[in-house]
Amino acid sequence: MTQPPLLTVSDLRTYFYTGAGTARAVDGVSFSIGAGETLGIVGESGCGKSVTALSILRLIQQPGRLESGSKIVFEGKDLLQLDDAGIRQIRGNRIAMIFQEPMTALNPVFTVGDQIAEVVRVHSKASRRAAWDRAVEMLTIVGIPAPAERARQYPHQLSGGMRQRVLIAMALVMSPALVIADEPTTALDVTIQAQILELLAELQQRLGTSIVMITHDLGVIAEVASRVLVMYGGEVVEEARVETLFAEPHHPYTEGLLHAMPRVGRRQERLAVIPGNVPPPTAWPSGCRFRDRCPYAWDRCEREHPPLYQIGAGHTSRCHLADEPERRVRRPRAEATAATLVSPATSRAGDAA
Amino acid sequence: MTDAAQRRAAAPGGSTLGSAAAATPLLSVSQLTKHFPIRRGLFGRDGGAVRAVDGVSLDVARGETLGIVGESGCGKTTLGRCILRLIEPTSGQIHFDGIDVRALDAGSLRRLRRRIQIIFQDPFSSLNPRMTVGAIVREGLTIHRLATGAEADKRVRQLLDEVGLRPEYASRYPHEFSGGQRQRIGIARALAVEPELIVCDEPVSALDVSVQAQVINLLQDLQRDRGLTYLFIAHDLSVVEHIATRVAVMYLGKIVELATGADLYREPIMPYTQALLSAVPVPDPTASRERIVLTGDVPSPANPPSGCVFHPRCPHPGKDVACSAIVPPLEEKAPGHWAACIKQPPTTVPWHAQQQAGATHPPERHLPLAAITHGLSS
Repeated sequence: MTQPPLLTVSDLRTYFYTGAGTARAVDGVSFSIGAGETLGIVGESGCGKSVTALSILRLIQQPGRLESGSKIVFEGKDLLQLDDAGIRQIRGNRIAMIFQEPMTALNPVFTVGDQIAEVVRVHSKASRRAAWDRAVEMLTIVGIPAPAERARQYPHQLSGGMRQRVLIAMALVMSPALVIADEPTTALDVTIQAQILELLAELQQRLGTSIVMITHDLGVIAEVASRVLVMYGGEVVEEARVETLFAEPHHPYTEGLLHAMPRVGRRQERLAVIPGNVPPPTAWPSGCRFRDRCPYAWDRCEREHPPLYQIGAGHTSRCHLADEPERRVRRPRAEATAATLVSPATSRAGDAA
Repeated sequence: MTDAAQRRAAAPGGSTLGSAAAATPLLSVSQLTKHFPIRRGLFGRDGGAVRAVDGVSLDVARGETLGIVGESGCGKTTLGRCILRLIEPTSGQIHFDGIDVRALDAGSLRRLRRRIQIIFQDPFSSLNPRMTVGAIVREGLTIHRLATGAEADKRVRQLLDEVGLRPEYASRYPHEFSGGQRQRIGIARALAVEPELIVCDEPVSALDVSVQAQVINLLQDLQRDRGLTYLFIAHDLSVVEHIATRVAVMYLGKIVELATGADLYREPIMPYTQALLSAVPVPDPTASRERIVLTGDVPSPANPPSGCVFHPRCPHPGKDVACSAIVPPLEEKAPGHWAACIKQPPTTVPWHAQQQAGATHPPERHLPLAAITHGLSS
């Protein structure tokens, strides 16, 4: 890449100071995204992916805080140095966000047209009339039938898929350089999800927008992202191109996630599992944060917090296996041995019998 | 597939479905409907009805897992609750092990519910936060007078152990547990009364992938060890394919397709099933991204389309005006493979009857590649 990246996040730390201790929700996350690129961030609840997104837009509230040393550079500007007016110029204008819950992200007492027009009026000198026209135009672009009538309706009059389209219209109305989509399709049915993903891809192609796609769904990641960050315990544990990540996952957590997922057309006798639960962010384990659940962990993993090792071009992994690959031998463990995969061929034969 | 199901499948005399049909089904539902009346205005004028479940018939064999899939609002949850009469059905029959469930009085119904249990979707709201885990699991034992005192305590510890929780957790409260652990508590509660049938209503939808796999494996182990029968309701097609022996697809209160998992995923017949399968994101970045993208939303079940409820969104090239006039019967298109579509041959709705309804396209087999790429990729 010859151009400087559109967004560079380095050593982002977002901590929450709660009664139960300090929650290190995001703990030293670094990544960058180029113009027109789609970066996927994948991880389970509590891994820090949503807090990462909110931190970029400085939407973290008390008792949360971005720690000093965190740096977020967007279009050459350090977002953490901007004053409130400065960050408002960015939010919704240059960087827009699409949230998971289309019901709670919209204001129930304003029509959807008003809500989109408001974004236009805040960020430009457009007249009321022009802003309204622009709102209707956006609703057309995101494929809402009868947009002029729909613009005069309230969120509760629209279906979930329609509301998500409205949110996308609102996010894209100022032609932002970057859209952060936080689980944009999680609350939707698969057929509606397919529509929304198709729409996002089409709009991205047309407008050249960069997208950060945050999701727990590896299927969605495989369909939309070109590069992927896997997060666990507030850290990036693996980064790779999407093809590499699915074909040659390096980190045991990524490997576990890929195996734990039932897949249509690939029936297995038994799913592989990652034992245990995600630890609370107030008490990450020492050393490697995944070691309690890892089938390969050895004494070094407890002693030494793994750095991000370089695995290949554009592929990094936070696992000591990079250093000692011969250790990739599963420890005998009840769950792990029971979780032997049966090849699709044999299970299909079983079905057909 | 479970061991029991495998044994059945291996038995001489044919398919899983054949042997399932031969034996008396554990659960038999026929023509079940649930209409929720809509009251309008101050005086509750009759405003029609939401047809949440609209003429559903199905059999569940002992030891099998029948999966029910469909999108929000298709009626799958209402169906599950009607079977336990947690929601009173409007019409239709439910037979459980020969017992006419709808005819039971309150006392007999309570006794029946020892044999049919339910596991709910939301592990956060389905456990009483003011009861300890032990009390939650024990409640069923007490109500059904299965055990008391020290014996009940022992049972509770055994049950917790069986679902993979430490027995000493009995004295803790639900808020101290993660989503996956709470779902295990819900499973222990259901198992306490030694049920034969468990209605699993989206039991893993609220869980993370890694925890979801743990709970699915647990449910399969329990089924194998205890010979349980599951009615497994979910919107996630990959989860259902993994766990179910047979799968029923619901759309707007009706079953539109019913087949073994293998048949359904290899050759979906109903165009809705085809679209649903093609819409599932494939976790393989090198796979073809072709998809059947349906236009529009699911119509309101208060005002379902005439004829085939799917016809306004149907991408079948042979769709014509007959589809909006004729209600397609759920018919056996191939052995054990039922689907409701008059344009997918063979059909019991003859061509002249379709023509009378204005048909212009004779039935013609339609199986777009996008609907089966999942099957091909393996």
